Amino acid sequence: MAVKDAGRAARPGKRAPDDRALAREPDRQADPAELIQLLTPEGERVEHPDYPLEISAAEVKALYRDLVIVRRIDFEAIALQRQGELGIWASLLGQEAAQVGSGRALGPRDMAFPTYREHGVAWCRGLDPVKLLELFRGVSHGGWDPTAHNFHLYTIVIGSQTLHATGYAMGIQRDGAVGDDGEAVIAYFGDGATSQGDVNEAFIWASVNNAPIVFFCQNNQWAISEPLERQSRTPLYMRAKGFGFPGVRVDGNDVLACLAVTRKAMQAAREGQGPTLIEAFTYRMGAHTTTDDPTRYRLSAELEAWKLKDPIERVKQYLIRTEQAEMSFFDEVEAEAAAVGSRIRAACQQMPDPEPLSMFDNVLTAPTAQLAAEREGFAAYLDSFEAEEATR
Amino acid sequence: MTTLTLSRALNEGLRKALEANAKALIMGEDVGKLGGVFRVTDGLQKDFGEARVIDTPLAESGIIGTAIGLALRGYRPICEIQFDGFIFPAFDQIVSQLAKMRYRSRGAVTLPLVVRVPFGGGIGAVEHHSESPEALFAHTPGLRVVACGDPVDAYTMIQQAAASDDPVLFFEPKRRYWDKAEVDVEGALAAALPMDQARVLVEGADVTVLCYGPMVRTCAEAAVAAAGDGKSLEIIDLRSLAPLDTDTIFASVRKTGRCVVVHEAVVTGGLGAEIAAQVTQECFYSLEAPVLRVGAYTTPYPPSRLEEYYLPDLDRILDAVDRSFGY
Repeated sequence: MAVKDAGRAARPGKRAPDDRALAREPDRQADPAELIQLLTPEGERVEHPDYPLEISAAEVKALYRDLVIVRRIDFEAIALQRQGELGIWASLLGQEAAQVGSGRALGPRDMAFPTYREHGVAWCRGLDPVKLLELFRGVSHGGWDPTAHNFHLYTIVIGSQTLHATGYAMGIQRDGAVGDDGEAVIAYFGDGATSQGDVNEAFIWASVNNAPIVFFCQNNQWAISEPLERQSRTPLYMRAKGFGFPGVRVDGNDVLACLAVTRKAMQAAREGQGPTLIEAFTYRMGAHTTTDDPTRYRLSAELEAWKLKDPIERVKQYLIRTEQAEMSFFDEVEAEAAAVGSRIRAACQQMPDPEPLSMFDNVLTAPTAQLAAEREGFAAYLDSFEAEEATR
Repeated sequence: MTTLTLSRALNEGLRKALEANAKALIMGEDVGKLGGVFRVTDGLQKDFGEARVIDTPLAESGIIGTAIGLALRGYRPICEIQFDGFIFPAFDQIVSQLAKMRYRSRGAVTLPLVVRVPFGGGIGAVEHHSESPEALFAHTPGLRVVACGDPVDAYTMIQQAAASDDPVLFFEPKRRYWDKAEVDVEGALAAALPMDQARVLVEGADVTVLCYGPMVRTCAEAAVAAAGDGKSLEIIDLRSLAPLDTDTIFASVRKTGRCVVVHEAVVTGGLGAEIAAQVTQECFYSLEAPVLRVGAYTTPYPPSRLEEYYLPDLDRILDAVDRSFGY
């Protein structure tokens, strides 16, 4: 399906061309026809020869529910940050389809390695959003068991997790878990991460080992304040070719396309056909984090243009247009999302601070004598205040 | 008892580690067919296969990063960083991921991963092949840092490191790879001294000399030379740099009243500084002299034609011992 505005050429607010203009046209080689789309921004279902998708009304409605709830979690978290309940929050606004589509393409035995913005994937994997709030509140650095939902810990250093994902995939190979009943890994990262050495090393490792992994890049166009053209002159999906594996670009605001494309790539990986790079072409509609101010570096017209491609609205329009859902369905989803929001809000507000001495836990598998002594000393120091209080 | 070089002792220890646990892997640059540039992994790929002894692409961050992933999947990677100076591309993965992931997960994640690092100078090498970066890792919570000084320890400590459920930075004294000793390759590993304990190598009464890695042999030689001058040195091979076996250190200093720390690494901000601070704090009333440090000057490692001046040697150690008596 050809989409005229796949590239960045129409991006408003571009600076005047100068001698570096070429470097600001990363999509000049991209073929717009290569943007895989199954649902247009207007909610029209379209076919793609390589990605046939048989999907029931119930399944589309389930995806819609995910999208709405995930957006609600995000809204709630932003509000909690504004009210001082969270230290910071990294919003996924605008990237719901990329995350839900890819997240729902995973099997229970597949393993996902997220960045710190994959709240939608976390939801799909079954991780309680309250665990995410813990991290952004400063109660833990994550603290969930990655094996509980096959969802690894959030990784904050950009790109590091792509190597962990690749190594994990090499472990799957060594376990003989590639084949008809195979397992695979998905590694999430953003456009900025593609500049990191670790991501490029992960591509190399995955390629020469033919590892069962899908590299899922959410190109949300902005690495904090730096637009894509500061990261790449080449469309990101095209980079895969140089590493020796296929790369595809999918409409990252189209949940059906993200689902179909990720399913196919994951299945190929499970069967031993090696890695795929998926570039989900999307847009970070909010700030990088709650501490960021996008008005300093981008024009609101750009945001307005992307609002027309909203990932949730198009699913709603599709469901209405095809009469697959009653209006009451949308009300029910809204109510459920509100309930999730209320629940996590209350959980966040009631979340106790960790015990001071817990900072000494889990440095190593067992405390060293030095660490035990430090802990003991700190405990005595804390107790000395209580003793002082008691004698007053 | 078998006569083994330190390099061969490591090789035998690695072989035992691969035999002991089917999840143990070796990975690094040139560790397969070549057997490593120092032949430490010689023959292991032939015997254990390419799936367990992995020649990796030439990128150190990739080695450690993928090893972390393998560990998350239940494997126990033993990584080789070819030379000390090449560890820095992997520094981020070691410090930000390997050392912190267990803490991040509140104990859910265990990373049994060994990073072998040939370290130190004295082999006439070009830049980046003679460095001693161990303090950078000893400064990082979440890692165990050890150094072997002789073939006996090389053989047992590499097996203990491989059996550890914590990440271990394992420093090998590259200029001692060819030193030989009698090694009991039949002995039970459980009977060996744990790798987090120091060893009193030479008992003495007058000065405690603390050392590790390549300086162990030099300090043992210094003890013999000092004895000729009527000075009795107690030589302690620290073996573990993080955590430090302070019980052994403090007991010795309380006995001798004098302490000299010897390492090849730059003294500024080095392990000697940490040890001096701790000894001063805990043994203050036993000390006859300040803790002295013998190590590299605060310069980058010089061209190899200068390294004999740069590296601590017998005379520099004896000079420090003499100064220790001057207070």
